[in-house]
Amino acid sequence: MLDIQKIRADFPILTQKVNGKPLIYFDNGATSQKPRVVIDAITKYYEEINANIHRGVHTLSQLATDAYEASREKIQKHINAQYLHEVIFTSGTTQGINLVTNGFASLLKEGDEVMVSALEHHSNIVPWQMLCEKTGAKLIVIPMNEKGELILSEYDRLLSNKTKIVAVNHISNALGTINPIEYMIEKAHQVGAAILIDGAQATPHLKPDVQALDCDFYVFSGHKICGPTGVGILYGKEAWLNKLPPYMGGGEMIKEVTFEKTTYAELPHKFEAGTPNIADGIVLGTAIDYLNAVGFENIQQQEKELLAHATKRLLEIEGLKIYGTSEKKTSVISFNIEGIHPYDIGTIIDKLGIAVRTGHHCAQPIMNYFNIPGTVRASFSFYNTKEEIDIFVEAVKKAKMMLS
Amino acid sequence: MTIKEIQDSIVDEFSMFDDWMERYEYIIELGKSLPLINEEYKTEDNIIKGCQSKVWVHAEEKDGNIVFTADSDAILTKGIIGILIRTFSNQSPQAILDANTDFIDEIGLKEHLSPTRANGLVSMIKKIKMYALAFQAKG
Repeated sequence: MLDIQKIRADFPILTQKVNGKPLIYFDNGATSQKPRVVIDAITKYYEEINANIHRGVHTLSQLATDAYEASREKIQKHINAQYLHEVIFTSGTTQGINLVTNGFASLLKEGDEVMVSALEHHSNIVPWQMLCEKTGAKLIVIPMNEKGELILSEYDRLLSNKTKIVAVNHISNALGTINPIEYMIEKAHQVGAAILIDGAQATPHLKPDVQALDCDFYVFSGHKICGPTGVGILYGKEAWLNKLPPYMGGGEMIKEVTFEKTTYAELPHKFEAGTPNIADGIVLGTAIDYLNAVGFENIQQQEKELLAHATKRLLEIEGLKIYGTSEKKTSVISFNIEGIHPYDIGTIIDKLGIAVRTGHHCAQPIMNYFNIPGTVRASFSFYNTKEEIDIFVEAVKKAKMMLS
Repeated sequence: MTIKEIQDSIVDEFSMFDDWMERYEYIIELGKSLPLINEEYKTEDNIIKGCQSKVWVHAEEKDGNIVFTADSDAILTKGIIGILIRTFSNQSPQAILDANTDFIDEIGLKEHLSPTRANGLVSMIKKIKMYALAFQAKG
């Protein structure tokens, strides 16, 4: 069991008042708050070891390089990658996906198929559409059902030897559905397709084991896992990363440059052109240490209780409908109240100090499926409490009263 | 009444409220009395982009003035556009173009004026001014 008050004391922002009310932060799906250790580590980096990495012979440069590479190692262990060079620093999930789609442009031809799911975030749709436009490949969509679950029989049916790559999220950002990626990875491999897992919404809740999953790519963002913004990770199997061409040209990613020809650096540097986000890359390791110290079992337990409590309490409200009702879902509740626009609810409860997301959550196809303009999304983290949920439910009731 | 006079009376009305709750309740009321757009004008051209909720604004010329009608699927947005329409409807294109919208700040809706805010108040004002510009060019 977690001592929630002790955990909450780790997060300075949670003592804030917003609009005169204590902040209740239920927009964790968009970004997580940061613990003191993470905030301090950023300052410490700039105060003590700031220097450019992999280049200097001087001591500071060496210290910064060591810290950066130590963070890569932590991440390797955290996701259980086989090799250190399979862990590529990116600016976030979106860049990780674009790095892969960019690389696949040289591997696809007309008639090939690229598969995404109906549950994807725009960042796992648009780059694949761009890839299809560039190569003439066809975009195939795995449909979902009323509960917000992917229809696996359709997935099986759509897979063929034309399928070159499947891109699917581990957990849906808009509905919270946990997708059966183990099954999907195995099936994709059976037809010889590669598979990319968007782990942006999963990594705050669980520790992915990329070897056990056997996925070809796994991408996630630092800022959703208590880390800084502007840093993320692309894991790729060595063989795939060797096959893909570099994403950006520049410093760091070269072996030798002449005007006639440039040869590229080995992994992981081949994909890390230019001076990286050194500070945040290092501090991502600090964030991962923090989460592991809290413990993912504890995190899951707390979030499971919050989800159950919030679901029960919200359903007391007449006319409230929850979207995403899979039994396998994470601590996200997307809902609407009959006859009321989600934007109105979000605006009113903001005045009561409560932060939720409203709108289409960058997943317009899901909203189109349900034929709604958007939802109110409350996403809970392990530092949230049942008391906060009770206040939130009262606030939603008040908003409903004002708006009906 | 001139635009300035209308704005002053709106500021007066809002000054009666002590807290945001009352203000928002009043905005909701205003939303309910918004001169509704004719269904046939809820076209793609009349939609204001940049809003989280859908907003349609239609403009017609009447005796040299512009008459606005509008609608939104969100009631707060409807109230806010209602405030704008009350200010700008039945005014000449030139008067609309010359007017400022500082009163929004005075009635405590400043946060809604942020260009990054998803409700698109800024886009609404822009759209209204665009109509004024178009009618002026025609006239």
